[in-house]
Amino acid sequence: MIRVQREDFDLGAEVKALTARNPRIGGLCSFVGLVRDMHGDDSVRAMTLEHYPGMTEKMLQRIDDEAHWRWPLEASLVIHRHGRLDPGDQIVLVATASPHRQAAFEACQFLIDWLKTQAPFWKKEETPEGERWVEARESDDAAAERWAGTGKAAG
Amino acid sequence: MKVLYFAWLKTKTGVGEEELSPPAGVATVAQLLDWLEARSPGHGEALADRHAIRIAVNQEYARPGDPVKAGDEIALFPPVTGG
Repeated sequence: MIRVQREDFDLGAEVKALTARNPRIGGLCSFVGLVRDMHGDDSVRAMTLEHYPGMTEKMLQRIDDEAHWRWPLEASLVIHRHGRLDPGDQIVLVATASPHRQAAFEACQFLIDWLKTQAPFWKKEETPEGERWVEARESDDAAAERWAGTGKAAG
Repeated sequence: MKVLYFAWLKTKTGVGEEELSPPAGVATVAQLLDWLEARSPGHGEALADRHAIRIAVNQEYARPGDPVKAGDEIALFPPVTGG
């Protein structure tokens, strides 16, 4: 399941809803990305996340489908926010649930690694020197590249 | 066709979206970028470094040689930085 929204989310409520009434789930893994107040040596006052409505949902759905194809997941959730955010605010939630922990851990990391390089979002930071668009990091490409194989992963 | 610009491409071109009818010779992504580059100084600046631009045709990532046609939704944007 995927959601793109301006509003904040409640991790506890979301994972509770995700795992409700499914006793096959034995492991749940979650990742939450937050706005930092520093980027390198520069302070960040706030951040605005722009996205491409339509393509964003399409890419997130595809990444989520891919995770379900690769791992034996019972449930998954990706929430990504857009709009203006302050340091400390939540940006993204990825949660994965499976009978055993390994699939949940791996699928969770896969989802965040892939969405960072595939989903059309762009961060603009407000710094004391003015506004600037964040540049993509090669380390994010490398992280996503790790999952480039198309075979099914171990469950 | 509809052309969308995001992030700094929108800032530099000065438009978020434009409805355009390129001439018949514009049949690929690369040809479209060449044509767009000449539209204004802002477009020229935005499209100067092709390696810094990602392209989507009808909301799918596309490459320079991929075809474009009337009615397509083309999006130009920098490498993504979400998550």
